[in-house]
Amino acid sequence: MTEITTEKARIGAPSAQPFIDGFTEEGENLSPVNTGTNTSSTSEKALEQAPSAGPLAGASAKSHSHGGGVGIPDSSRAGRLTSYKLADFKPLTGLEEDWRFTPLKRLRGLHNEVLSGSAPSVAVTAPEGVVVETVGRDDARIGSAAIPEDRVSANAWENFKEATVITVPAELQLDGEVSVLLTGTSTEASAQHIVIVAGRFSKSRIVLDHQGSAIVSENVEILVEDGADLTVISLQEWNDDAVHASSQQAKLGRDAKFKHIVVSLGGDVVRMTPSTRFTAPGAEAEMFGLYFADAGQHLEQRLFVDHAVANCKSNVLYKGALQGRNAHTVWVGDVLIRKEAEGTDTYEANRNLVLTDGARADSVPNLEIETGLIEGAGHASATGRFDDEHLFYLMARGIPEDVARRLVVRGFLNEIIQQIKVPALEERLTEAVERELAASDN
Amino acid sequence: MSTLEIKDLHVSIETEQGTKEILKGVSLTIKTGETHAIMGPNGSGKSTLASTIAGHPRYNVTRGTITLDGEDVLAMSVDQRARAGVFLAMQYPVEVPGVTMTNFLRTAKTAIDGEAPALRTWTKDVKAAMQQLRIDADFAQRNVNEGFSGGEKKRVEILQLELFKPKFAVLDETDSGLDVDALKVVSEGVNRAHATGNMGTLLITHYTRILRYIKPDFVHVFVDGQVVEEGGPELADRLEEEGYDRYATGAGAATIAAAAAAQA
Repeated sequence: MTEITTEKARIGAPSAQPFIDGFTEEGENLSPVNTGTNTSSTSEKALEQAPSAGPLAGASAKSHSHGGGVGIPDSSRAGRLTSYKLADFKPLTGLEEDWRFTPLKRLRGLHNEVLSGSAPSVAVTAPEGVVVETVGRDDARIGSAAIPEDRVSANAWENFKEATVITVPAELQLDGEVSVLLTGTSTEASAQHIVIVAGRFSKSRIVLDHQGSAIVSENVEILVEDGADLTVISLQEWNDDAVHASSQQAKLGRDAKFKHIVVSLGGDVVRMTPSTRFTAPGAEAEMFGLYFADAGQHLEQRLFVDHAVANCKSNVLYKGALQGRNAHTVWVGDVLIRKEAEGTDTYEANRNLVLTDGARADSVPNLEIETGLIEGAGHASATGRFDDEHLFYLMARGIPEDVARRLVVRGFLNEIIQQIKVPALEERLTEAVERELAASDN
Repeated sequence: MSTLEIKDLHVSIETEQGTKEILKGVSLTIKTGETHAIMGPNGSGKSTLASTIAGHPRYNVTRGTITLDGEDVLAMSVDQRARAGVFLAMQYPVEVPGVTMTNFLRTAKTAIDGEAPALRTWTKDVKAAMQQLRIDADFAQRNVNEGFSGGEKKRVEILQLELFKPKFAVLDETDSGLDVDALKVVSEGVNRAHATGNMGTLLITHYTRILRYIKPDFVHVFVDGQVVEEGGPELADRLEEEGYDRYATGAGAATIAAAAAAQA
């Protein structure tokens, strides 16, 4: 695998490095997805760097709008518009920074239709003590941890009919996990809303298991109260025709621990936008992701880690495998260290493994640093390919071809799978990954 | 006692200029316990021979045979050849993403032996072999060849040679790019493997330097895809003094002479 960049951010540097050795600047509109040009012509593997204008733009322009107002967009992630109202978001053209890689034509109306279809059914299996409720739009907990950051999320917010609220009461320590099975049975565009509350000093693990066929925009609010330790695992094992946009926003209290794991294998278009916001010092977040795109699949993940307060830690690692014609993955990781966030320690990395010709991995690690008084900040991205020479090397050591491929992919993705720590689930996912591998062998 | 027999081997590759014949009738017989050195100038086809024995898909055998104890090696796939006991220490070992050395070594050993090695002794064996080759213990957790220096990659090739215990080892310019210390370490590894008495060695090299540490029984000189001279270890000494100049004939002569002139 070719290491493309592993650099520690230079504290106090005026801007990110203009480009990385060996890679040319590709510009803003590399993705042909929404520009009306031929989408199949540039399907070779490509890797895009963030524009050299750099994310460290002037702080003066920033007007963070987490309270619900309309922000002033600038090149900083802090300037992103957030609102509960759909009308505040302009219709999408596909040229917006956060939509430029997404094939809007395949969103099946999530961005421009009323989401009135029936949402995937929700079945929760939880250990004793966990409170599961179905509530209406007026429940006080709605909006306690999240606010839409894009039009598709706002569309779901405006249209969802009822929400599932899962509460782990204060100080409850769970042995088993809370399993939330979301089964899609309709192919009309729909809206889903889930609220997870991890009470003070509780410890729990919650699995969101997405199955079936659905066209759904989903908002998941995650409130991790002071001292709570919460793991949320979101599995996307949809059928081939599913379209899924999921905004999963976590708000962390003092000394909270939050681990978020995204596993996307199925679906036609899956766009995950997980975020973590620190609101009090001493909290830690780990965000992991695994995706395996096969022919024609679009799997996108856009992360945001908002270090808004001092002395918090974050670690991000996403790994993806791509196989088959027009398999497309996108990873954009935004980490923002605000002026107030002294003592921050953060690292984000994305690794992609391209197994065949004709696949494309976009990877954009963004790091904004507004204070020099931090412990550490780093970001990295590398995309490697498995080719005939690798195969020859392994086979020349007696390893049959199918075993060699499995070895490489399993080894690569295992680092994420082993973070799940639910043996049955780990096993299921290992098998699922191997099915993906076998499916596109032909 | 095993025999690797190469008979009248003709090999060509496809290039943009069309088909190019590289090996033009090579015959060699190697037996268990023997060390054969193949020497020759750049472009003489030494590495092509090595890759062809291992079964690299780029090389097409147009005539001739390779057999291992009478079994048709050319009919075997790459992995079958390795399992039959042929090992190629590569000139440029590739980096394999996503696979740790530990996992790779165990998987390969299992494939070659047909059963998983006993975990306890295996871990010990790997550790000991790594130590002897002065490979850092933390390499075991790194991905195969990823970020290894040229010298480290060559040591890891010899590590595999020692662990997999092949019937025949083909060393493709294992010495090139090594400093003297690394060369000694690597040579010791080859000699240890050889000392077991169960291995035949085909040592491909451009330089005579490695032959100070690994003593060949036979030396074959390759020029333009053919063996032009064969002899005992004394032939290597002569090559050290005289170089490859005197084999230069015909079309190849000018190139070799020019190269020699450039060196002088």
